[in-house]
Amino acid sequence: MSGPQLRSAVAVVGLSIQEGIRRRVFLAVLVLTAGFLALYGLGAHFAFKDVDEFAAGEPLILDPHAFTGATIFGLAMFATLFLGAVLAVFLTLGVVRGDAESGLLQPIVVRPIGRTTMLVARFAGAVMLSAGYVVVVYLAAYAITDATGHWAPDHLLGPALSLALGVAIIAALSLLASTVLSVTAQGIVVFMVFGAGLTAGLLAQIGHAIDSHSLHTIGRVASWALPFEGLYAAGLHALISGTSGLTGVVLQLGPFGGSEAAGPGLIAWAFAYMFAVVALAAFVFSRRDL
Amino acid sequence: MAGPVLAVSELHKRYGRQAALAGVDLEVEAGQLVGLLGPNGAGKSTLTKIACGLVRPSGGRVEVLGRPAGSPQARAALGYLAELFRFPGWLTAAELLRFHQRLVGSGGGEAERRELLDLVELGDAAGKRVEAMSKGMQQRLGIAQALVGSPRLLLLDEPTSALDPVGRRIVRELLEEMRRRGVAVLLNSHLLSEVELICDHVAIIAGGRLVKAGTPEGLAGPAAVVVETGSGVRTFEGSVREDAPRIVAELVAAGESVYRVEVRHSSLEDVYLDAVGGKTG
Repeated sequence: MSGPQLRSAVAVVGLSIQEGIRRRVFLAVLVLTAGFLALYGLGAHFAFKDVDEFAAGEPLILDPHAFTGATIFGLAMFATLFLGAVLAVFLTLGVVRGDAESGLLQPIVVRPIGRTTMLVARFAGAVMLSAGYVVVVYLAAYAITDATGHWAPDHLLGPALSLALGVAIIAALSLLASTVLSVTAQGIVVFMVFGAGLTAGLLAQIGHAIDSHSLHTIGRVASWALPFEGLYAAGLHALISGTSGLTGVVLQLGPFGGSEAAGPGLIAWAFAYMFAVVALAAFVFSRRDL
Repeated sequence: MAGPVLAVSELHKRYGRQAALAGVDLEVEAGQLVGLLGPNGAGKSTLTKIACGLVRPSGGRVEVLGRPAGSPQARAALGYLAELFRFPGWLTAAELLRFHQRLVGSGGGEAERRELLDLVELGDAAGKRVEAMSKGMQQRLGIAQALVGSPRLLLLDEPTSALDPVGRRIVRELLEEMRRRGVAVLLNSHLLSEVELICDHVAIIAGGRLVKAGTPEGLAGPAAVVVETGSGVRTFEGSVREDAPRIVAELVAAGESVYRVEVRHSSLEDVYLDAVGGKTG
């Protein structure tokens, strides 16, 4: 990317951020996130308190404290991924077809910036905001969990980065969808794909639990085809990867999608997948008459 | 001698089985104001969009300052206002121009923004949000946006469609100023009177083909003096207003009774209607 193109790309990213501030999108997100974290803090406080009272003096085969911490923090991760996905989809909504149909796109792409740089800039802006958002919310949830229950995940940063990369992949898929679909269709399709990915992960875990090789394979293939789910499962797994015994086994099944260790090459595959999706979006966009 | 700023040669564009352009040739020189006329669906907007790289041609060549249309160098040399356009409503006029200055790499800063807003008579609206502007103001802001970075070629697609007569006059004066500055302008318009008034050259497109081109005066063709005499109506083709007294004197001298004299000249509208066969899109 040349110097002038980089300057133009920065201008486009800046415009997106400015719009978020001016339209009070960020304020709304901030207020709702504060609400979510407050609710989470309240839930975590009472969950730890009740479990500690319930388990006091009882010999248990499960570690109730670790079980509670991992479960509610897993819930926080699920909510964080969902909120990050919503942000990623809305920040890339109508980037190509929607904006072209409304006449917003043409005055920009006739400038020397060009289509690919414009698209990459919009993607980079969406990723910076949505991935940054999930990392911040994840860390805030961790701080709340630690403060209310003195429980910490086995790995702290790995799951955060998995979530961030997962959200970046959702943004890439949404960007690709925007090159061919109208705004409404784009939103529906991307959220359905998001749901399908999470469902595939659950299927794989059910297959694993009932020892159905076929079901497990179908779920795994689907979750690799939509690697944000694989990253989410790997993040969940990293939370409790050092937890042993029955507690570890039960937690692996998790209520919000099963956890599974990142297989060899998952991160590399996720990056390659994301770049390939963005490249495909740029190719489709470059062939499109506006 | 430098070549044309915009050179269109044997341009074809097909949308599926439908031919939007079927071999159009056109040139716009520096400081020339060319009006592109034609019924709806004739291919005018398609031609303009190909020239600024928004639409890919199916065949033929379009060059801006010798560079292929759509290339970064070609895009850097042009300013464009689409027929259907929208700017982010939350931006102010000055912010929109600043954004486009950054896209073009213009170092004109505040002075350029002020000059452009003054040119379209929006000097008092620099801090006004786009969403608070009337459609006419937005159209004038769109023209100012197209002029950011001092483009060598200006492509305007129906730039006066939402303007009142005062707004049209502002745009007319602005286009004349662009001509003085040596900017090449391609103007798509349905307003024949406006095109006739300001354009140096007119190209009429119908059915994707260039059916007529020339200066407005040249296209309008020879005038005529029509005289109603006692022996019937007589038409003197090629005669102009100044010939009327002589014609009348000769007829009277020849013993004719003259009842009515009319000086006729074919307007651009006549030429246009003749060229497009009275069709509308």
